[in-house]
Amino acid sequence: MSNEQANNCCGDNAHGQFQKLDQILTEYQDQKGALIPVLQEAQNIYGYLSKEVIDRIGKKMAIPTSQIYGVATFYSQFHLKARGRNIIRVCQGTACHVRDAKTILRALEDNLKISAGETTTDRKFTLETVACIGACGLAPVLMVNDDTHGRLTPEAIPDILARYL
Amino acid sequence: MELVKVTIDGRQIEVAKTTTVLEAIQKAGIKIPTLCYHPELRPEGACRVCMVEVEGARSLVASCVYPVSQGMVVRTNTAAVREARRMVVELLLANHPKDCFTCARNLNCELQTIAADLGLRGIRFEGKRKSIPIDANNPSLVREQEKCILCGRCIRACSERQGVHVYSFVKRGFNTNVAPAFEVGLDKAPCTFCGQCATVCPTAAIVEKDDTREVWQAISDSTKHVVVQTAPAVRVALGEALGMGPGSVVTGKMVAALRNLGFNRVFDTDFTADLTIMEEGYEFISRLNNGGKLPMITSCSPGWVNFVEIMYPELLGHLSTAKSPQQMFGALVKTYYAEKSGIKPQDIVSVAIMPCTAKKAEAAREEMDSTGCGPDVDFVLTTRELARMIKEAGIDFSSLTAEQFDAPLGISTGAGVIFGATGGVMEAALRTVVEVVTGKELDCLEFHAVRGLNGVKEAEIPVGDLKVKLAVTHTLSNARKLLDKINSGDADYHFIEIMACPGGCIGGGGQPYASCGDIRQKRLNSIYECDQCSSLRKSHENPAVKELYDTWLGKPLGEKSYQILHTHYHPQQRG
Repeated sequence: MSNEQANNCCGDNAHGQFQKLDQILTEYQDQKGALIPVLQEAQNIYGYLSKEVIDRIGKKMAIPTSQIYGVATFYSQFHLKARGRNIIRVCQGTACHVRDAKTILRALEDNLKISAGETTTDRKFTLETVACIGACGLAPVLMVNDDTHGRLTPEAIPDILARYL
Repeated sequence: MELVKVTIDGRQIEVAKTTTVLEAIQKAGIKIPTLCYHPELRPEGACRVCMVEVEGARSLVASCVYPVSQGMVVRTNTAAVREARRMVVELLLANHPKDCFTCARNLNCELQTIAADLGLRGIRFEGKRKSIPIDANNPSLVREQEKCILCGRCIRACSERQGVHVYSFVKRGFNTNVAPAFEVGLDKAPCTFCGQCATVCPTAAIVEKDDTREVWQAISDSTKHVVVQTAPAVRVALGEALGMGPGSVVTGKMVAALRNLGFNRVFDTDFTADLTIMEEGYEFISRLNNGGKLPMITSCSPGWVNFVEIMYPELLGHLSTAKSPQQMFGALVKTYYAEKSGIKPQDIVSVAIMPCTAKKAEAAREEMDSTGCGPDVDFVLTTRELARMIKEAGIDFSSLTAEQFDAPLGISTGAGVIFGATGGVMEAALRTVVEVVTGKELDCLEFHAVRGLNGVKEAEIPVGDLKVKLAVTHTLSNARKLLDKINSGDADYHFIEIMACPGGCIGGGGQPYASCGDIRQKRLNSIYECDQCSSLRKSHENPAVKELYDTWLGKPLGEKSYQILHTHYHPQQRG
């Protein structure tokens, strides 16, 4: 997804920004239990589930928005805030923890000027913590999108970030 | 109906095959604790307090969601059941604030009662607490999530009973809470402030906004003249909150208690209920004769008015423009009564005792200011709040001698009092409309077709040459059915009465707790008993209303009436 798309969905031109969503909604029309697949596809289009998108899904599927919001906040796969172009997942698992993963997280937060769970204002990065990414031998470790960066020190962080600017 | 035999604690009983274990236990006359269960809502099995032993089952079962079967053997009082029950309650208490002393539901809390019944003398665990800000950003309801035990009764009341769907469980695990979509405050959610969530909440997670401090302050301010009005449904429910049986009629004791509390004048909303009938009745006749928008729909239930403004703004033209009795009363107190008694409106504090939480929001509406010097109704107290004030003042309510309302705004008819029950406004209107249109006296004043607790009641009543088609409904999920019919063009009614709460105001969001079917029926019977005992039973025969028109207002729908007693509605963009 692109930032343009994410931004567009806040406008009020129903034909423009909701065209793809409406197509999906038509596909799943009258199908019981279709909410989760619809939310997944909507998130694929817009990158996250905005209030406007949830409202539209609620209206078209005749499901109260409170219920949709309940479902969307239950599953960690759904995001309610715009996400960055690059997703940083910094490991806080046991192996990373004992090798001082906290200082890596702090270095990321200082460099990006955001806290874990947030997105930079330029939407370039979203910072998330994860429990383990299964690369304990490389601890402390983080992933940017599909790239793994291991044996980290706080000093290495600015260089890593620079590669994704 | 297929019956099955089940044995409960050694006693054999026969129940329908569709019964749950809990219902069978109750039928056997055994009381076990429940929290998430509510007799009028779909069972959920969330709290596990009602767990019992079922022979052959792998573990204890939540009886509220477990169906009975032929030959089932149930035990409700074994060591394992008692231990599990205590553990469930202890774990609930581990995360619960321990401020029972100062809690709004102290001595009136289901969780507290269960802890007491189980004889808990200590809580072995100290759990984390939720820290979600208190939502008190609206005039009616306060939500304190720290006190929520996640039983989901509010969610079900709002969805099943009201069809409004404000709440849902959001997030998960320890972070689960109950919230409107996007976790906004109720003022930003499509909430009608009907307060049904508060009536079913077992703890103080949802309560009415308490305005008793402000009212005490007004009463003790010697420069203020404090007048009070009491809604019809309060007199048949207040007793319950003060140790009397359901359905006790306590009109006279209530008046005496209000005088004891220090109100300068004790008036009756029934007076303006009669006046509402005059204005709304004439409005209906005028709509019939002049091709106005039909069906006309009543507008005295503020939860219902909010519902239309939020969900069906396209139908606002169907609402009667007559203000509700509370607001007519407020407007008259600050104009007519101020003039008559020679007291400046700014020195009058007008208080309303209502069975309703939405009335608080109604009083706060900007347009409800007839004099330009503040709200027509300064404070609205629910029945529950009045009961608390009476207790605080140390009044021995049940031994009070009955007293009469003050004149003139305390004079009313039986037509006014039945406003408190579903169908009452319709019946009161018919008593007046039929007599005004035909010029003949009615033989029978009771319109049984519009009475009772059925969801949607329909009738055809001859009014002169015309057969007037009527519908009466209560709860907002039933209202939705009627509105959808209007929108699809399938409704040919002339007049519809809609009340937001089950049974009408007698089941309002501000009434004493434990409002359920039996209790509502008793309150309802008492309302009609009050009507039956009234010497006058038609609004247009109320002498104080006649005098008001003769000496001050002019005529129904006249210029002055229109200015003071009518209002307008506007779409609300929320949620």
